[in-house]
Amino acid sequence: MTGTLLEVRGLSAGYGESQVLDGVSFGMGVEAVGILGRNGMGKTTLCATLMGLVRPSAGEVLLTGQRIDGKSPEHIARSGISYVPQGRRLFPSLTVDEHLAMLAKGTKGKRWTPKAVYELFPRLADRKGSSGGALSGGEQQMLAVGRALLLNGSLVLMDEPSEGLAPTIVDVLVEAVHHLVSEGTAVLVVEQKLRAATAMAERQLIMVSGRIQAESTASELLANPDLQRRYLGVGSAVDAGEHPLEPQQNRTV
Amino acid sequence: MADTSIQSARHDVARRLPGLVVPLVLALAVLWVLFLARGTPAEPAVRDPGRFAVTLLDGITSAGLFFVVASGFTLIFGLMRTVNMAHGSLFLLAGFTAISLQQAMVGKTRNIAPADVSLVSWIVPLLAAAALAAVLGVLLQQVFLRWNQGQELRQALITIAISVVLADQMLRQFGGLAKTMVWPGAVSHFIEIFGERYATSRLFMLAVAVVVGVALWLWLTKTRMGMVIRAGVDDEPMVRALGINVTLVFAVTFFVGAFLAGAGGVMGASFAGVATGKDGDWLLNSLVVVIIGGLGSIKGAVAGSLLYGLVVAFSPAYLPTQYTFYAVILSFVLLALVLAVRPYGLYGRPA
Repeated sequence: MTGTLLEVRGLSAGYGESQVLDGVSFGMGVEAVGILGRNGMGKTTLCATLMGLVRPSAGEVLLTGQRIDGKSPEHIARSGISYVPQGRRLFPSLTVDEHLAMLAKGTKGKRWTPKAVYELFPRLADRKGSSGGALSGGEQQMLAVGRALLLNGSLVLMDEPSEGLAPTIVDVLVEAVHHLVSEGTAVLVVEQKLRAATAMAERQLIMVSGRIQAESTASELLANPDLQRRYLGVGSAVDAGEHPLEPQQNRTV
Repeated sequence: MADTSIQSARHDVARRLPGLVVPLVLALAVLWVLFLARGTPAEPAVRDPGRFAVTLLDGITSAGLFFVVASGFTLIFGLMRTVNMAHGSLFLLAGFTAISLQQAMVGKTRNIAPADVSLVSWIVPLLAAAALAAVLGVLLQQVFLRWNQGQELRQALITIAISVVLADQMLRQFGGLAKTMVWPGAVSHFIEIFGERYATSRLFMLAVAVVVGVALWLWLTKTRMGMVIRAGVDDEPMVRALGINVTLVFAVTFFVGAFLAGAGGVMGASFAGVATGKDGDWLLNSLVVVIIGGLGSIKGAVAGSLLYGLVVAFSPAYLPTQYTFYAVILSFVLLALVLAVRPYGLYGRPA
């Protein structure tokens, strides 16, 4: 961990009466960090709150020392957080090329331009004219990542990027994450799939009921079925019944 | 077993019924107009092609005007979910303003003949009046609506209140008599179509509508702002999460939407005249068009305008004479038919 890029202190948020985040605290530098947790533990709300899409009820978020909590999503995005949301949230009315062209202004001379995104994900270059809705799940995720990269932020925030994707596509994403970190961009990836999460980040924070309950490492988690059972609700293949961590349905390439 | 299959068959019929009824109604309407229409103001099309051609042209040219007005309405709604109930007021205000400007430019307040009107003394009032509507629209959005973004009901009520205030102020300023804008002499001729005289000013109006439509389409598809607007129609919070300042985009969209209402108002004032109360009529026209076409879709506004324009033109001509009075009902039959098959309109998507 090199210096503190993102610092979250006692962050709480919710919808109406129901409190979903209950004092989340963690810090990260220019590194890949995973946040693992079961469904309903507040992972997506954490992402939305960091992005300013949900207003925090308490706590602070600092990005390179500047408070960003309570700011608008556009301010937070410009401050340096590139958001890859759950479910990709592409724009069905726009083609692949338009998704990138829309954000191309101001990217000239920076690391990520539409051209650089096409080089990272050559499959997208073949589908420039297709609408966002007509892409396969994998292509959609590549576009969601590519679109976020055009912000040239210091931190990429990914919410369940492996959801519904075949393992080969997840491998492409894992590679992209490693590539980003090696270039000095931090990645915070929220996952409920152990395999994808541990492949993307060595440092893992475990979220339970709206709090960071424990910190672990990828190797420790993979080696310890007890930990998996305790925090993620599943362990080895023997008792994978109750909370299937990696559902096999809805898988697309 | 047999029971469930009967049930599912019944369910199937119920589900497909609208899909069967609509083509049937369409086919009957076409048959009626082409061959059968008896006891109607117009003879069947095969016997009186001139009247048919004129009615068809009437429908298409009115559709042009419907489109200009409704496209502004649908643009604003699509991006901001704001139902601008003052859209008709902007239409009427621009109409009255353009008429006053034209009178000042021509130097007469009454008995203006097309020969007195040059192209410039039609286009300049149009641009000026539409710009006035656009500026007023932006003011309306910045002063009243911006703080209530996302609260659709509140915005609708605010815009209703503003339309009431505007209606009264216009009555005070422009009086209660119907007024007409005069087409430029250059486009006020008649041409002959199957032996019927047809006003070229209506064709000119259609041409203006096509120019507006093409410009709008180019703006939305070829420019960065247009891409952002289309993306915002799909998922506005996501656009913001990508660092784009939607406040500016909202203001520009309101400007353009109100400009279109104003341009439509000037065209409408030239085509049919404007008077107190027309604001409500044109709000209703816009609503019908965008509900048929699908709220928020420009393609839908084109389709909705065409369908609505054709129904409005054909129903008085081809309904039996004693029922002509009920022609207006047919536009709502159209609305019901479209919604039965496509509840979100032809090109609409669930919110």
